[in-house]
Amino acid sequence: MVNTEQPDTERPMVKAEQVCKNFGHNQVLRGIDLRVQPREVMCIIGPSGSGKSTFLRCINHLDKVSAGRLYVDGELVGYREHGGKLHELRESEVARRRRDIGMVFQRFNLFPHRTAAENIMEAPMTVRGDSRADARAQAAALLERVGLGDKLDSYPSALSGGQQQRVAIARALAMRPKLMLFDEPTSALDPELVGDVLAVMRGLAEDGMTMIVVTHEMGFAREVGDSLVFMDGGVVVEAGKPRDVISNPVHQRTQTFLSKVL
Amino acid sequence: MTAETDSMPPVGSAPGGAAPIKAVPVRHPGRWVAVVVLAVLAAMLVNAIFTNPRFNWPVVGQYGFSEVVLSGLRNTLLLTALAMAIGAVGGLILAVMRLSPNPVLTSVAGGYIWFFRGTPVITQLVFWNFLASLFPTLGLGIPFGPEFVTFDTNKLIVQFTACLLGLGLNEAAYMAEIVRGGINSVEHGQTEAASALGMSRTQALRRIVLPQAMRVIIPPTGNETISMLKTTSLVVVIGYFELQTAVQSIYSRNFQPVPLLIVAALWYLVLTSVLSIGQMYLERYYGRGTGRPGEDTARRSRFLLGRGLGRGAGREGGNIT
Repeated sequence: MVNTEQPDTERPMVKAEQVCKNFGHNQVLRGIDLRVQPREVMCIIGPSGSGKSTFLRCINHLDKVSAGRLYVDGELVGYREHGGKLHELRESEVARRRRDIGMVFQRFNLFPHRTAAENIMEAPMTVRGDSRADARAQAAALLERVGLGDKLDSYPSALSGGQQQRVAIARALAMRPKLMLFDEPTSALDPELVGDVLAVMRGLAEDGMTMIVVTHEMGFAREVGDSLVFMDGGVVVEAGKPRDVISNPVHQRTQTFLSKVL
Repeated sequence: MTAETDSMPPVGSAPGGAAPIKAVPVRHPGRWVAVVVLAVLAAMLVNAIFTNPRFNWPVVGQYGFSEVVLSGLRNTLLLTALAMAIGAVGGLILAVMRLSPNPVLTSVAGGYIWFFRGTPVITQLVFWNFLASLFPTLGLGIPFGPEFVTFDTNKLIVQFTACLLGLGLNEAAYMAEIVRGGINSVEHGQTEAASALGMSRTQALRRIVLPQAMRVIIPPTGNETISMLKTTSLVVVIGYFELQTAVQSIYSRNFQPVPLLIVAALWYLVLTSVLSIGQMYLERYYGRGTGRPGEDTARRSRFLLGRGLGRGAGREGGNIT
């Protein structure tokens, strides 16, 4: 649809060009340029209010980009370019593109009136039209994969935070996304429960899932991430290989931030 | 002191090894005083009501299941059920309109609610009944142009339809606010999670938001239904009849208002009780997953079984069973 002009490498899964986002007069993103290749795991770190969550939410159009261009798998997010003009996408078109992007939230946002299995079955059945039996089989397999094979019929309120977050990951995977977005997936968890969630995410990365992870888990970023981005004040301050950024930060702001979290 | 140290579990012992606590329960002499006082008052009430011949209890029995009363009862039930159905469906539509991003729909719904909540039901009932005097015929067609079909208003809007329109359309305005409050009570993250999965606004509303909103919507809707049960008696102003009007018509002839009003009151109590039980089951259904399934119900039935009081008071002697 849109020519991304990338003869030398693969087409990037996510391409951001000068992405800006304002909430009224509050400028949250001030020109983000980023590329995420297929099968890449990109971790984004930065102080709170730096715009990392907003950037993530722009990728699946939960927040609208105010200026610049954002592409997912070669397609412009939220708009269609036609005759030199941008046309807003219809709600159904936005929804169709969101199917291919899984999102995991800091506060899990599981559906409390549905069991773990039903949470996972919901989108495949209502959006994709899977039969109940197929959806249930897939839910069982996904729960097995995140280590909760025995929790099919548990309601979220009966699960620990870590278990809820793993159900949320399984729910996102049920739509077979080509890109997974994680918005501080372990920030609301007790320290002892963080490991299980990170292990599931590590498994996903090993299976070749393209992932963008907003996180404060420097260990995960260093070991699993292919790239690390440090954001502050709505801009990318520094980006590179996780080891380089963590051990030899170039910018003063990165050094200050890392000295606090490490 | 020695007894205390003996009963303390040794450090490092298995948690299940400690002896279960056997303590003397707090005494509640106040409860017993209350029981005695209330029992005396209740006996006085029963005596005053059932030994007073002017209550004329045989008349209550005579008319309790009479033809007129039962047909009034049937109308009360029918009007309540249909008016609440119109109210619930209309209220849901109005609430969704009010919350929609479309400014036209929002203001239309706002205007409807403003008008129908702002005028008395009795006025609305009379208005619908006299619709024919304003519009002798009702037709479908192009404004200022030809009409395709035409109806005689008096044939289309009979008393029963006027009652339904008056009660139902008024109720829709109240239900709209109840449903809106319910929808707003569901955390925004739920809609976001549904959107992120590729669900449309309508799918998210129907499958995710509304089922959770029901927990908040049901209790006030129960109130509305019970209130509607009694509001239906307003249809007397347009000459229709239901339970209340039925008993009125009887006591205006036999001059026995008290026993007949007791008949009506007893029926209203029966209906309200049945509705409350239905509401309890609905609440239990929509409360699933909240971690406290039927907690209220369990407590209530325990109390009804008479153990609510007995649990504390029964320990008066210090023996725990």
